[in-house]
Amino acid sequence: MKKILSVLLLLVLLLPAYALADEVVNVFNWEDYIDEAVLEQFTAETGIKVNYMNFTTVEDMIVQVEANPGAFDLCFPSDYIIERMIKKDMLAEINFDNVPNANQTIPYLQNPAYDPDNKYSVPYLWGTVGILYNTTKVDDPVTSWDILWNPKYASNVFMLDSIRDSMGITLKHLGFSLNTHDIPSIMAAKQKLIEQKQSGIVKAYQVDETKDKMVAGEAALAVVWSGDAQYAIDLNADLAYAVPEEGSNVWVDGMVIPKDAKNKENAEKLIDFLCRPEIAKANCEYVRYACPNAGAIELMGEVYTSNPVQNAPEELLNKCEFFHDIEPAFLSIYEAMWMEVKNTK
Amino acid sequence: MLDLSLPWWGWLLMGAGLVGFIAMLVVSIRRNQGVKRSLFASPYTLWMIIFTVLPVILIGYYAFTDMNGNFTLDNFRNFWDSNYESNKVIMQAMGEAGAAYVSRGTVNVDTLVYSLWMAFKCTAICLIAGYPAALFMADRNMKLGPTLVVLFIIPMWMNFLLRTIAWMSLLEDSGLINSFLRKLGFDGVQLMYNSNAVLLGMVYNFLPFMVFPIYTVLNKMDFRLSEAAADLGCNSWQTLYKVVMPLSIPGVISGITMVFMPSVTTFFIPRMLGGGNTMMFGDLIESKFLVEGNWNVGSALSLIMMVLILISLSILRKADPNGEGGGIA
Repeated sequence: MKKILSVLLLLVLLLPAYALADEVVNVFNWEDYIDEAVLEQFTAETGIKVNYMNFTTVEDMIVQVEANPGAFDLCFPSDYIIERMIKKDMLAEINFDNVPNANQTIPYLQNPAYDPDNKYSVPYLWGTVGILYNTTKVDDPVTSWDILWNPKYASNVFMLDSIRDSMGITLKHLGFSLNTHDIPSIMAAKQKLIEQKQSGIVKAYQVDETKDKMVAGEAALAVVWSGDAQYAIDLNADLAYAVPEEGSNVWVDGMVIPKDAKNKENAEKLIDFLCRPEIAKANCEYVRYACPNAGAIELMGEVYTSNPVQNAPEELLNKCEFFHDIEPAFLSIYEAMWMEVKNTK
Repeated sequence: MLDLSLPWWGWLLMGAGLVGFIAMLVVSIRRNQGVKRSLFASPYTLWMIIFTVLPVILIGYYAFTDMNGNFTLDNFRNFWDSNYESNKVIMQAMGEAGAAYVSRGTVNVDTLVYSLWMAFKCTAICLIAGYPAALFMADRNMKLGPTLVVLFIIPMWMNFLLRTIAWMSLLEDSGLINSFLRKLGFDGVQLMYNSNAVLLGMVYNFLPFMVFPIYTVLNKMDFRLSEAAADLGCNSWQTLYKVVMPLSIPGVISGITMVFMPSVTTFFIPRMLGGGNTMMFGDLIESKFLVEGNWNVGSALSLIMMVLILISLSILRKADPNGEGGGIA
């Protein structure tokens, strides 16, 4: 009896040691932003357990990462947040010897403006901001943002209730950079948006509701992210998507490793795994945004390359811009001007 | 800035709160109120301290400090001039030339006035529609009374967000009402995305809060009083006007408070039914916290709202000093 007890005791004592030896990687990603089957495959292949956690806004994510050092090994922030994290010295340099598949990144996204030396991030998914329109209600060609100011579509336009996006496309329409620090340009954009609201063109300012309402045929035109556009087009064949010729916002969600990550090598293994063409393909087909992985694009073939929502032409992309992180003091101008737009009756 | 870590005096304040709580407990036991009685009250007191008193202290703390935790009144200047911060940045960046782009922002004040006006309209409509409903429900000669009470309660079993979203699928351009109109050969009408739709959503959500306090008072009323009035020669209108209505005042006061308060602080409904075209004060506070991450200005706006509500409560209290209508006011 005593012997059995002592063996049991020994086992109990050893258990925590085994638990510690268990390899883990703590992942912090957007909600519903990965094909979960892929994670199971990763664990089956490497024996590394994936602790998967979600956030709903990048602002929330950066707060969490700052407040809990060492809690996360791999995060999926957007471009301008990556830029802010680099500025704040929150990220570890990725050891690319452990991530051979990172060379699959398409040329357009190599050395991006937010991570110029490509040291801290690997693109995960990307996309554009554009106009989703109902072909049964719009007979003009959708080639310019100007159509959002056309009185013909009065009370038929959904705008994005998002400061940087709505101000950004208006700045683009007026021929300015969407990261501008030029105050007269910002004022001009505000005036333009007020004019749009006063002439009764805007039906609603919203974010998440837009895609389902467009499927239901609630409005003719809407400003949307390309992934939402793809979702809506899949459900309603009357819908189409266009990125105006003046250019627009192009964005990337990248994979980064926080500076105080406890399992950096495991995180690198997971990045490498997610950059494997078959895996990147599975995620792209699940989430429906654009794929940054050349190998995956080749695997998907015509279905992907002939789809203008996911595969925007290079010359158009060259007119698009990434968001840059605007410092809080200056951002207050954007915020105040957007509030004035929202307050217009 | 979103960091919840408190300065030393914040912890001191919390410690003082806890010590105060224990002291209160001891004092009430000493005052011969009995150990049992004091212990029974303690969970509620603790609850109040943690979830009411401390949050109000925190809101006060944020409202009077800047992002670095230093004392400031800028957040209240920000209420009066919503461009206060941005004007400073513009002047800094452009110098003299910036003056052309600087103006007072009226967003916060406008939104508050609009919210008060909407809340006033909502309360008035609820009163006009709710009073007769309460009369019917309390009328002993009406067989339908109890059924009406149940019918009023049933929708409240569902969360108000869901009920508001349900209204959307009725009012949308591609919604039930418009589809029906089109089937009949009429043109569709735009029912949603304007402030009338918001008002409808508010009245729908808050009407029970008007009906029930009035119903409770009327139900408790001695019906022999109206019989006596009839015996003394009042016709039914005079009975209503001279006897029933004055006796129901406490319920009306309580109803007005319970509708007015949530109406002023309404959020979500304007975004859903109004399509975000018109902001109410609740939406504004929400966006200060969640979109701009500016807890300091958000707290100042919340504080202003709380003070306004307190003032209106104290005015209403004058009309019902004994708290007969449920003592909410």
